[in-house]
Amino acid sequence: MNDSEEIYDDVEVSEVRLLLDVVYAKYGYDFRDYAYPSVKRRILNSVATEGVASISGLLDKIQNDPACMARLLLHFTVHASSMFRHPSFYKCFREKVVPQLKTYPFVRIWHAGCSTGEEVYSMAILLHEEGIYKRSIIYATDISEDVIQKAKSGIFPMNMMKEFTSNYLKSGGIESFSDYYTAQYDNALFSSHLKENIVFAKHNLVTDASPNEFNVILCRNVMIYFKRELQNKTHELFFNSLIHFGYLGLGEKETLRFTPRENNYEEVDVSQKLYRRTA
Amino acid sequence: MMPGIIVIGASLGGLRALNLVLGNLPKDFRLPIVIVQHRSNELDASLVKQLQQSCKLRVSEAEDKEDIIAGRVYVAPAGYHLLIDSSLFCLSVDQPVLHARPSIDVAFESAADAFGSRTIGVVLTGASNDGAKGAALIKTRGGTIIVEDPVSAECATMPAAAIKSVGTVDAILPLPEIAPFLLKLSLRNGDRKDE
Ligand SMILES: C[S@@+](CC[C@H](N)C(=O)[O-])C[C@H]1O[C@@H](n2cnc3c(N)ncnc32)[C@H](O)[C@@H]1O
Repeated sequence: MNDSEEIYDDVEVSEVRLLLDVVYAKYGYDFRDYAYPSVKRRILNSVATEGVASISGLLDKIQNDPACMARLLLHFTVHASSMFRHPSFYKCFREKVVPQLKTYPFVRIWHAGCSTGEEVYSMAILLHEEGIYKRSIIYATDISEDVIQKAKSGIFPMNMMKEFTSNYLKSGGIESFSDYYTAQYDNALFSSHLKENIVFAKHNLVTDASPNEFNVILCRNVMIYFKRELQNKTHELFFNSLIHFGYLGLGEKETLRFTPRENNYEEVDVSQKLYRRTA
Repeated sequence: MMPGIIVIGASLGGLRALNLVLGNLPKDFRLPIVIVQHRSNELDASLVKQLQQSCKLRVSEAEDKEDIIAGRVYVAPAGYHLLIDSSLFCLSVDQPVLHARPSIDVAFESAADAFGSRTIGVVLTGASNDGAKGAALIKTRGGTIIVEDPVSAECATMPAAAIKSVGTVDAILPLPEIAPFLLKLSLRNGDRKDE
């Protein structure tokens, strides 16, 4: 496919490939088309934390121990996120996308790869302040049941609130951020009314079909872990899941530029990676 | 096939050092150059601009799955690891390594995997051990390691750590001599491609 195969340490490459084949065959998680350099790093991290000597050592362990597989999965799914991360993205969303959404009687939004839900609650707050949350529904999906459960709980560490609040203000928030949660010991528990129109579900972008038709799809910092081909396949899924003139939002360093669908979207804001399906 | 790649890691004091190295490379330089400079997210936007002022090559921040093009300078974005996957870049938001994201080790190791003996790693000034481990892997894969002379570096920690970790590096140079050395290497690598 590319010339990388000739250059990489061959043994390591085939060990990684074998491990991914076994993970898929035995557990159904398909990481075979994830970008090699980051997959390899995660596997080597797992080799270190499992106390095995090599990738083939990890392979042996994984074959016989589902708990070890669960821990490997964590290396693929656990991420520190933040509410209103990249505040300028949410500001732009508020200013350029929300006015369009207001023209629809009903709004469906999909956060694909939502992790522990920080960006989902951010969106709920934003829609609430813009007066359209009540007629919106947010699908929050991720490959990992663990992070979905966490997202569902709406509980975030209290010590993150300073950062969340500062991001919120920079993103154009108009209320007092602390009104959205109550403090419980070291945790902040977000108001249950924010969850009313959120559907949390497990969904694998590699193997599952589209869950619905959407006005907005946000998939930020998920496809950076995919190979280009898998990225293109996922863009196909997103394109077919968006209504005409629906919006697609990517991570700040991702781009549609090198994908076959680039001509089917116009840029809403180049620097914010917000795109609109043109037909 | 790309004749090779240069990855430059810098931390504390890096901006001045990078300007000096990049500023002395000619317009027709033949290899792609990747910059990993430690910094806080806020300082980010200005780095490309500041480097471009001194550099005759086109400087830009690397985007995910962007093709690597010879003769261009790519900067790892703040808050992301930059990994090299043979012909293109991959980003990741996995945990910081040695408190750094972007991490020099991560970039070095992926370059060593993808480019093998055609990898050139450069370690500049910094108050960290980042880059030491990755430099050793580049060396193991037959690549080249150049280190800024700790004696004259603004901060000696990072260059010294790289030298200690690698054992025998290919060159220990004061800043002004790094660009000419890279130019020499690029011509050699370029010729090897034409063999
Ligand atoms: C870096 S996090 C991004 C979280 C959030 N979107 C953000 O930007 O803060 C990547 C997420 O993608 C999820 N993910 C990875 N592969 C996936 C797949 N095949 N299908 C769905 N989600 C996936 C991971 O579990 C992880 O939660």
